[in-house]
Amino acid sequence: MIENLLFELEMAAPQVILGLVNGAFYALLSLGLAIIFGMLNVINFAHGAQFMMGAFVAWMLLAWAGIPYWGALILAPLLVGAFGVLIERTMIARLYKLDHLYGLLLTFGLALIIEGIFRNGFGSSGLPYAPPAAFNALNIDIPIMFLPGYRVWVVIASVLVCLATWLVIEKTKIGAYLRAATERPELVQAFGVNVPRMMTLTYGAGVALAAFAGVLAAPIYSVNPAMGANFIITVFAVVVIGGMGSIMGSVVTGFGLGLIEGLARVFYPEASATVVFVIMAIVLLTRPAGLFGRG
Amino acid sequence: MHEAATMTHPATGQGHLILEIRDLEAWYGESHVLHGVSLDIRQGEVVTLLGRNGAGKTSTLRAMMGLVGRRAGSIKFEGRETIGLRSDLIARTGIAYCPEERGIFASLDVTENLMLPPVIAPGGLGLDEIYTLFPNLKERARSPGTKLSGGEQQMLAIARILRTGARLLLLDEPSEGLAPVIVQQIGAMIRAIKQRGFTVLLVEQNFRFAQTVADRHYVMEHGRIVDMVANEDLASSLDRLHEYLGV
Repeated sequence: MIENLLFELEMAAPQVILGLVNGAFYALLSLGLAIIFGMLNVINFAHGAQFMMGAFVAWMLLAWAGIPYWGALILAPLLVGAFGVLIERTMIARLYKLDHLYGLLLTFGLALIIEGIFRNGFGSSGLPYAPPAAFNALNIDIPIMFLPGYRVWVVIASVLVCLATWLVIEKTKIGAYLRAATERPELVQAFGVNVPRMMTLTYGAGVALAAFAGVLAAPIYSVNPAMGANFIITVFAVVVIGGMGSIMGSVVTGFGLGLIEGLARVFYPEASATVVFVIMAIVLLTRPAGLFGRG
Repeated sequence: MHEAATMTHPATGQGHLILEIRDLEAWYGESHVLHGVSLDIRQGEVVTLLGRNGAGKTSTLRAMMGLVGRRAGSIKFEGRETIGLRSDLIARTGIAYCPEERGIFASLDVTENLMLPPVIAPGGLGLDEIYTLFPNLKERARSPGTKLSGGEQQMLAIARILRTGARLLLLDEPSEGLAPVIVQQIGAMIRAIKQRGFTVLLVEQNFRFAQTVADRHYVMEHGRIVDMVANEDLASSLDRLHEYLGV
């Protein structure tokens, strides 16, 4: 009986941990989407492409400039975030007065263009990016499982960044402006706050979060133009389940659904690819605003 | 010279001209809501805009803040033309706006709501003074803004623009929907801020309340100013006002 349980645990633990690692990416990506949607009312379909750009910039920094992982972890989000600022200023900002759908179509088009450019330049087979050896110190090697240190780091980094983002939004003056402008941008601007600039910086920050996730992902998945597209569909389901625009909701739901996917892989593997979408359908039918959404 | 003018006793309404609006027109999309509004306000005055629903009172305030679709004409504040400015830059010239729906943020607590509008000039009220004027706001500092009673929300909406150093306050129907005793408190508060040298442009439907706080009243109809009554002449003009306001 006990042996049976141990065996089950041995089977389950790696999948659960893998689920947690996926959840770490879901959380980071849906957090960026939630911030962007809350402030700009734009569903940023280019999020997956920007995640992929983060991974590619990390690869380029290493291959072309010799800048290692830690440098890339800081630089890639800054560079891709700056690219986001440029996109917001030159294109997205023109669409705020129109229906949400236009922002979605624009960013969807941008995603296709960006992915196309990278496929042209780098092919679709993927480029290797080795994690720094230092992470081996974090390896978890216990009887029921072996977990590479780098994946431990991914979970820790994601939790820390999500927590820091939450703190900035909930506990600082900048966060108060952001929350207020999410509710009534017009009034916040009439108080003397430059709301258009806030929107630009918010988009840049959301894109930088995607790129940060991309750098984290580079050593785990091969760096390839489709890596964002693979993730983003699930991430949108996460956002819908958590509640569009809810910060806490996207983080909790991201990790939660990663875990559920992992568990599904153990107990009913056939459902592992669809469980998130089944949950999404149920949530949409019973709580259309999402688990953490308002109203 | 301005210095000397500001020294004049505010109650007499004889300070320098702080606001000059000429031929202000405004549109929301296709709908033309203001048809040439002209009015003046002197430093230290409390002036009301009276009129029926839809006369253009709220639109006048919103047009001053740059919150309408399109506007034309001239709005000079402290001699500076603001008609072409974006609303955040208008606010930074020293005008603060308290909307009719109060605009308290649900996702911010009372203190965050209070501290939200950035300070744009020295000379605003300090937190101590604000808490003296509005003791409830201190007691409920950590409550979500929208959990306050209607009267407290109105106090908060006014208190937060007293901090910023803005000299001209645009208040849109602060008495609306509040119990008589709260309306009296709001009246006392408006008189108190007038004492401190603030200039107030007040939109009101309730002219019984307006006459307890204001120096002058402009009457609006169909997007225009149609009359002006000094508060001391109010008694002799009641018939005229009744006709305008339909009360």
